[in-house]
Amino acid sequence: MKLPLSWLRDYVDVDLPPAEFATRVTDAIAEVEGWEVIGEQWDPELVRVAEVLAVDPHPNADRLVLATVNVGDGPKTVVCGAPNVASGQKVAFATEGAMLIDGHSGKLSKLKLRAIRGVDSAGMVLSEKELGLSDDHEGILELPGDCAIGAPLVEAIGDVVFDVSTWANRADLLGIFGFAREVAAVTGQPLREPDRSYSQSERPASDFVSVTIEAPDLCRRFTASIIEGIEMGPSPAWMQQRLIRAGMRPINNVVDVTNYVMLETGQPLHAFDYDLVRGAEIRPRRARPGETLTTLDDIERDLDSDMLMICDGEGPVAVAGIMGGGNSEVSESTKTVLLEVANFHPGAIRRTSTQLKLRSEASLRFEKGIGPDLASYAQDRALHLLEQVAGGRPAAGLVDAFPTPLPSPRITLPAARIEQVLGIPIEAAEVRRILVALGFDVAERGDAFEVTPPFWRPDVALPDDVVEELIRIYGYENLPTTVLRGALPEAQPRPLERVREQARELAAGLGFQEVVSYTLTSEEILSRVVPSNDEDRTGPLAAMNPVASQHTYLRTSLRGSLLSAYAGNRHHEDAAMRFFEVGVEYLPTEADLPHERPVLCAVLGGQRLERWERPGPERLDFFDAKGAVETLLGDLGVEGAFTAEEHFAMLPGHSATVSVGDESVGVVAQVHPDVAAAFDIEEPVFLIELWFEPLTRAIPERPDYAPPSRYPEARRDLALLVPADTPASALLEVIRTHRARGVRISADVFDEYRGEGVPAGQKSLALAVRFRADDRTLGEKDVVRIEQGLLRRLDQDLDATLRA
Amino acid sequence: MLVTIFVPWLANGDRKPAAPSNPLAPQSRAAPCGRQTRKVKTPLALHRAFAFGDWLLSARLSRSPTYNFTQPMSTIEAEIDALRTEALEALTEADGEAGREAWRAEWLGRKDGRLTLRLRALKDAPPESRAALGKSLNELKATLEGELEARRDSARADALAALSADAALDVTLPGRPQSLGRLHPVTQTMNDCIDAFAEMGFRVFEGPEVEWSRYNFDAVRIPDDHPARDMWDTIWIDTLIEGERQMLLRTHTSPNQIRVMEQTEPPVRVIVPGKCYRQEATDASHEWMLTQIEGLAVDEGVRMSDLKGTLYAFARRLFGEDRRIIFHHSYFPFVEPGVEMAIDCFLCAEPGSDCRTCQDTGWIEVLGAGMVHPEIIENAGYDSSRYTGFAFGVGIERVAMLRWGIEDIRHFYQNDLRFLRQF
Ligand SMILES: [Zn+2]
Repeated sequence: MKLPLSWLRDYVDVDLPPAEFATRVTDAIAEVEGWEVIGEQWDPELVRVAEVLAVDPHPNADRLVLATVNVGDGPKTVVCGAPNVASGQKVAFATEGAMLIDGHSGKLSKLKLRAIRGVDSAGMVLSEKELGLSDDHEGILELPGDCAIGAPLVEAIGDVVFDVSTWANRADLLGIFGFAREVAAVTGQPLREPDRSYSQSERPASDFVSVTIEAPDLCRRFTASIIEGIEMGPSPAWMQQRLIRAGMRPINNVVDVTNYVMLETGQPLHAFDYDLVRGAEIRPRRARPGETLTTLDDIERDLDSDMLMICDGEGPVAVAGIMGGGNSEVSESTKTVLLEVANFHPGAIRRTSTQLKLRSEASLRFEKGIGPDLASYAQDRALHLLEQVAGGRPAAGLVDAFPTPLPSPRITLPAARIEQVLGIPIEAAEVRRILVALGFDVAERGDAFEVTPPFWRPDVALPDDVVEELIRIYGYENLPTTVLRGALPEAQPRPLERVREQARELAAGLGFQEVVSYTLTSEEILSRVVPSNDEDRTGPLAAMNPVASQHTYLRTSLRGSLLSAYAGNRHHEDAAMRFFEVGVEYLPTEADLPHERPVLCAVLGGQRLERWERPGPERLDFFDAKGAVETLLGDLGVEGAFTAEEHFAMLPGHSATVSVGDESVGVVAQVHPDVAAAFDIEEPVFLIELWFEPLTRAIPERPDYAPPSRYPEARRDLALLVPADTPASALLEVIRTHRARGVRISADVFDEYRGEGVPAGQKSLALAVRFRADDRTLGEKDVVRIEQGLLRRLDQDLDATLRA
Repeated sequence: MLVTIFVPWLANGDRKPAAPSNPLAPQSRAAPCGRQTRKVKTPLALHRAFAFGDWLLSARLSRSPTYNFTQPMSTIEAEIDALRTEALEALTEADGEAGREAWRAEWLGRKDGRLTLRLRALKDAPPESRAALGKSLNELKATLEGELEARRDSARADALAALSADAALDVTLPGRPQSLGRLHPVTQTMNDCIDAFAEMGFRVFEGPEVEWSRYNFDAVRIPDDHPARDMWDTIWIDTLIEGERQMLLRTHTSPNQIRVMEQTEPPVRVIVPGKCYRQEATDASHEWMLTQIEGLAVDEGVRMSDLKGTLYAFARRLFGEDRRIIFHHSYFPFVEPGVEMAIDCFLCAEPGSDCRTCQDTGWIEVLGAGMVHPEIIENAGYDSSRYTGFAFGVGIERVAMLRWGIEDIRHFYQNDLRFLRQF
């Protein structure tokens, strides 16, 4: 909302500099987002108010005139090109040296006078553009008639316009008078009410029109007044200037009054041309099936039965609380005005304006909730102004349909509640002062306050609402900082989150850069990485109103995000890259929220860096990915088993399932080159996925523990020939489970070899086998005997033979 | 004289090659000429047995040595002097650590060092001269050991000096590359926020990102037709349940206030981190996916001053110990009173410096907060006349932007390494 300081000062004195005023307002009332100073560059000596005494033709130019102006020190002649200059006008007048906006270049520059077509000019009559008020350079600015001749222009029309953001529940702050009330409460200054007096003719308004509310659930109150003898025309300069500063366009005196009063009080009003209201009756009712109305913006609106219409004897003339119809609009020929000031159900207004996609200054106020009593207040104020600026004669009284006036709510606020909520007491006198300043009624009953909020504050309904009023005016700076007391809640174990965060830290430690991607993606990207027959992932959830089409589907896999990140960075990174993301897969669930399945997904690939930070010949490969998984799992205290298995979008023969115990916990694989290529990745890239739910289940509460053996272990290196398709893990498993009289056997693979010296269809695996007993040092003979037994077992089970 | 005393012992110089103990010392230099000299003299010496020499010689050559200690003490001392002179001279000539080690073995070797043998034979010396002789020999031993150590120290110092000077590195050359990953700046900031609140006893809770409309809005007092819904432009899930669109991407973490209170009894003290979504055009300060942390404390005696204290501690932890905070009035339907918290600007020294961050107000908006609305307390089944609570919501990206001076919120989710690796 635009808040011109000059207008605010009608109701309350403000002496604070703009910055301090903004701070005080922001602290207690509403957020000041900025302000604009009008007339900052107008020199008080050089730019002043003048009166035009006469306008004569220029002897040497048809398009120019000679204006005689009075700046308080005798007549002066100026050359002027504006078509609208006329005698009797108050104008802005500048003399040599004034800083003005150049009408052509738009730059701030110093006025230099020169003869124009042979006539000397004593100064310059200014346009809005030259004053920096607007881009209007067509004619000169006409000042309000009450500006004093010779006064510095900055005093006459200088201003500060604050830009204020108010709250969704405070329609009253959308009225400058309502705002002034709050300022008065904050600064302790008295508040001046706007003038609401007017004369009335004999004939009662009820002779002119009847009002019948047919939908009292949507229309809580409807007041109508009649103003005869309207002289349509532009509103006075002061009113236009205020409307413009507040961000509205002046239209004509009647419409300007309705807008002015709305800006002043927060109560929207609507003026009908009485002669266009058919049947001399007003019926607020629901729209009927098939009804339409062309609103003032020339758009034909389709209506439905949840929408409240203002109807005359024949049909809709306005969409209630949102916009009037073209069929009853005031115009140059209007003689009699029917002024509507009504109160509508806020929710209904909001629903209708949402449905019609039509937001207006009126609907923005109604939807926040306005007290019904404000209607007659605004009527009085508008009638006062119409009488002043449109020559109207109000008919006697209002036609007031107010089916069920609401009793004023009474709120009992125990004094102790203030301290209970805030942590500090506020003295009774201060409570009274604050609430009275805000327009509340306060009475003390024992240890409590009986509080009645004013009609313009329907948002205040509970004791704690009153507490807020108190503390914001009392000042949050007076609230101390204290420390929470009392018992701590019991800690809930969160094993999955613990595992997830541990994995996240370790992944970064292993050289993977964490990324965070948009969780909404496209169907195309999902289809590249998720098989269509994956039951968990079929039918991904879609956004009804995505921010962009490539962010429509909630991802059921993180693969696409990671591959996209990889591809995007490849444009500017030439060496190995490793990325990971921890997120969830949104798995659709019938008639319920999706299962948000937590997962770690990582991709890696590219050339390993050499000594000199240059990409070397060696590329990251499957075993880099697998090694990372092994370390991750090892850090979590478990050992993974890797089984060759095909996975969608992964290269067969280079793809494994990771399991821990009985749980299948993830995938490690090379991304299929075709899939990689679809992401614009033209090099081998590898993928890791680990799902935290099975992983957490697989992690034992306590790791297995055995004290370190007191006896040394014996080590034997064996080279074994096995069929080429025998996985190394099979050998290790046989060795691990081999039992030999209390001797523990373990082994690592330290080489794989195929080629010369190894028969076709076989491979040679080098194993480091370790033997250890818990009760003795193994002798050479023991080891040889156990080794022979082991070799027999390997031969039997896996066709493995010792390589010669 | 010199030669005659010292030669016989060298005859047995079948010494182990010394292993240089200092790897910095040069190895396997050519044998020094001093040693060659001694070798030449060796055969001669066997035939020149002086009395003292006899004693020692016999001590080594025979298991039952005979003694013929006829020389006067003054002569013996002279011989020891000569021995000293010879040893020290040899040490001076010893080249490198290998030479020093050979010298040590020759003179002080545990098995058959020349001085060692003499000391060992001491027990067979005549009792009347044994003490004096022992004293002299032990003094000699201490001298030799001290000299050796001094030579070694000085050699080590010379080597290090050479290493520091001649072999000085160009430290501006690049380090050997290591692979380093980092946590995303939002994760880092989130972790710092969680730590700050965890210190104050807050537990972590997590809720779903795809949320029921009734939790996201209705339960936190934002009914369907309330203008407060404009504060949260919503991305809706296009799935009808019983003919209605009921699911959305949560616009804030606040529905978890309800989820937490449904599940637990007071005292409640939780923080809820997570992603939120807005149907919003993006610009330098608006992003449609964002990360929040929600805080909630409900118990008997929870006061707004506790909220201020909690947030004050948080602000100081995240933005520096000398931070100040202010509350100002705000409106969120689920709190009453409602406030926004600002911290004093730590980027501009004084007002009027055209600070982009605080727009020269000196204060930076950081978060929204307030006392939990009594209706929400009641709806959770708690007695609102007994229990009070506070809630707050922090935008993590905003905190991260302030900490690092990041100018555009859209950097966070572009996953550009050139951005991410700076944190
Ligand atoms: Zn600043």
